[in-house]
Amino acid sequence: MDPQRKRKIRLGVALGVAVLLAAALVYTSFTASAESKEPSQLVGAAPGTSYDMNAEVVKGSIRHHGEGLSFRVTDREGRGPTLPVTYRGTIPDPFRGGREIVLTGQVEHGVFVGEPDTLVTKCPSKFTTSNAS
Amino acid sequence: MPAELGSVVLALAFLTMVLAAGAALLGRKGDERWLTGSRRAVYGACALLTLCVVLIEIAFASNDFSYKIVQEHSSIETPSFYKLAAMWSSQEGSLLLWSWVLSIASSLALWATRDKLREIVPYATAVMAGVASFFTGLMLFAGGVNPFATLSPAPPDGIGLNPLLQHPSMMIHPPMLYSGYVALTIPFAFAIGALVTRRLDAAWIRATRRFALIAWAFLGLGLMLGARWSYTELGWGGYWAWDPVENAALMPWLVCTAFLHSVMVQEKRGMLKVWNACLIVATFSLALLGTFLVRSGVLQSIHAFGENTVGPYILGLIAVVVLGSTALIVSRLDDLRSEKRIDSLFSREAVFVVNNLLLVALTATIFWGTFFPLISELFTGTKSSLAAPWFDRYTTPLAILLVLFTGIGPLLAWRRVSWATARRAFVVPAASAAVVALALGIFTDAASKPWALALFAFAAFSLVGLGQEFWRGAAARRSLTGEAMPAALVGIVSRNRRRYGGYVVHAGVAVLLIGIAASSSFQTKRDVDLRPGQSATIDGRTVTYERVTATVTPLAFTAGAAVRVSDGGSSFILHPTRRFYRPTGGAPSTETISNYFAGESDSDIGLKAGAGSDFWTALQPDITGVQRHARAADAGFRACVTGRPGTPPQCRAVAGMMRAALGNPSLRPTALAQIERLQMATAKQIAQGYVAEGAPATFRVIVNPLVTWIWIGGLIALAGALIALWPARRARRVPAADTELEALKEAKYREIRDAELDHAAGKLSDEDYALLDAELRKEAVEILDRV
Repeated sequence: MDPQRKRKIRLGVALGVAVLLAAALVYTSFTASAESKEPSQLVGAAPGTSYDMNAEVVKGSIRHHGEGLSFRVTDREGRGPTLPVTYRGTIPDPFRGGREIVLTGQVEHGVFVGEPDTLVTKCPSKFTTSNAS
Repeated sequence: MPAELGSVVLALAFLTMVLAAGAALLGRKGDERWLTGSRRAVYGACALLTLCVVLIEIAFASNDFSYKIVQEHSSIETPSFYKLAAMWSSQEGSLLLWSWVLSIASSLALWATRDKLREIVPYATAVMAGVASFFTGLMLFAGGVNPFATLSPAPPDGIGLNPLLQHPSMMIHPPMLYSGYVALTIPFAFAIGALVTRRLDAAWIRATRRFALIAWAFLGLGLMLGARWSYTELGWGGYWAWDPVENAALMPWLVCTAFLHSVMVQEKRGMLKVWNACLIVATFSLALLGTFLVRSGVLQSIHAFGENTVGPYILGLIAVVVLGSTALIVSRLDDLRSEKRIDSLFSREAVFVVNNLLLVALTATIFWGTFFPLISELFTGTKSSLAAPWFDRYTTPLAILLVLFTGIGPLLAWRRVSWATARRAFVVPAASAAVVALALGIFTDAASKPWALALFAFAAFSLVGLGQEFWRGAAARRSLTGEAMPAALVGIVSRNRRRYGGYVVHAGVAVLLIGIAASSSFQTKRDVDLRPGQSATIDGRTVTYERVTATVTPLAFTAGAAVRVSDGGSSFILHPTRRFYRPTGGAPSTETISNYFAGESDSDIGLKAGAGSDFWTALQPDITGVQRHARAADAGFRACVTGRPGTPPQCRAVAGMMRAALGNPSLRPTALAQIERLQMATAKQIAQGYVAEGAPATFRVIVNPLVTWIWIGGLIALAGALIALWPARRARRVPAADTELEALKEAKYREIRDAELDHAAGKLSDEDYALLDAELRKEAVEILDRV
């Protein structure tokens, strides 16, 4: 086989593999992802679908019981209706009232049930006195 | 006054950078006066920006709260070390740091090339000064990000620095990452210069390779420090979360790794020129993208710095860089043609191509995952995000292949290797990999995680292969010089720093990946609820909650535990604590004991690190009782301050003072100070009550195998980078006009020496060596003819 032809075949195979892998990547990313929603969009959501909830924790609503945790959330900057949340698992250090969180879970009977160990609290870049009241 | 002075100095630095860029472009035809002028202007701007940094640091050190930046990020109680480092916890301080480090890097690059690369330097200067003007200009004109903004009247105290950030590695981590991002500007600028002037041989690469390596080392160190902070400080126990901001720092590092390899192919063989140009543009754009992601808040990240003022400008710069560079590369395609072709798939350059494809595939995967929320919003209208398992699924196989290639690459010589020679080089490493795989499969449960087992086997291949390389190199030198083995080893490394430094980096990466694979696959993680005195058994060890501790200071309430961990014979005690900080900056009269639990809290984990496994524990105390007591005590003190009934007995006297203060306000401070003292005493009683009560606590316990290998691997890789960076003995200075040919000649001599070494070390067969040596000598003669 002449070298020119060999190179072309090699290039074709490599490109084919790359396209296949890329297709797998794209396909799985659409099936594996969870939709991001804010609490106001989740009130009354049907059970059985997993969501990534971006929310703000209502100050003073956090209750620990045993390994579990319950609190209420609103949309960012305290807008919109409040949604009760239950969660078990790791609690990041910066978690507290007034802070923004991301939590994966489902809505069951009007309560957002978080999956264990999926609570992410946004890292604050600084203190603000307004949160401290 | 100094603040206004600072603004003026900053404006001067901006103007000087603009002048530097202009002068460099005017000097593009080689006019010495313009060129010298532009270089000196860059030095001058560097001095001015240094002055700006000094002014800001003085303001921090002297608690000058008339500076907005100081008031928002420091306070009187902030420890001195963190005062000096608080500059870059702000957006404006970060921008100043970016500009300052860039001006230093540009000055160094221009000094190093002051009598080289005549045609390329003017354009490179224009690019570097242009980027620096952009960032200094941003501070002056974008609004809200001038580090010299003032507050009038100056408040008495500042807000303070978040206690979570008060950790040594958190203070070094951002400047490391920024220095890495910034140093990437230098190779990018020279690449643009080379493209514009069509001087597309390897000269620009030789001049800036060192900067790319420095950037790579800084980025790597920044990533490691961030991981270490996350592991020890966040009470979470992980070191990587595929968070957008982490990914933003990892992507330029990966592409930079690819670039550092593929430029060698261009240096030695004159190939991959388009690829290298694309890689450096991609690296620089990804570095800018990292800066943008950190500062813009377009993606949900745990690093929510979220002030959206400079984001659009940086996005604009990225667009200019990507579009401009692409147009430039396309218009120069004819000049970027390869001088040679790959001789054989059994050659180092072929392996480099594979490694580049793997690294770029890895970056593309991470890029897609990171920006998926935006992509899905575009196609489906809803923002959806991808979690760690998706990233793991794709990055794991790619990382396993990469570790294999860190072993294969060093075993092969440039150009071509005969099958017999290759077999000789591969026998021992491959056998070791098989032995390791078998042993782990039989004696441990590693076979339950095939990916991890594959990684361990390939890492063994790579480590043994690298060891063999050192051994063969040293043996070859010993047979030439008759030195003892250790001396021969030192000699071979110090004479071939780039090569052996690179091998050390490879070994570090292999060790690091072993640590990641082991700790992510074979980790035991449990949350247990224990009361004092109770025990639980975790991974064969007995964990006993022995003692409760609690301390109170005006700044924080700390609940702690003494935990005994014993595995039959030996035992050790860990002291995880959780600290609840009172928000700073409140007036004393409104401070309550409950306020301790309204502020930040952080964990001091209990960690017993070991070469085999880490025992990691964090404490989540049940403080509902403490909070209840605090609320009751606060109600009493409120009654005290307002003089209403319900005053607790111990503060009746103070209540009297407060009533008297209503008539005579000068008594008020004394009364308030008295209340504060009583509050502290009560808080201490509550803490003692917490100890006596024996409240339950949740312990998160992680037994993490081989985590220490991650940090050690990182240190080994850093040491390798330092070996590769260490300057060789200074060559004789040659007249300016000849430097480029002279450098070319040096490079060719080095290649001949490399081939000699490869032959002596048995990596090249006699026939292959004879062929290669003849080729190289012919190429060397061609160069000598031109000299």
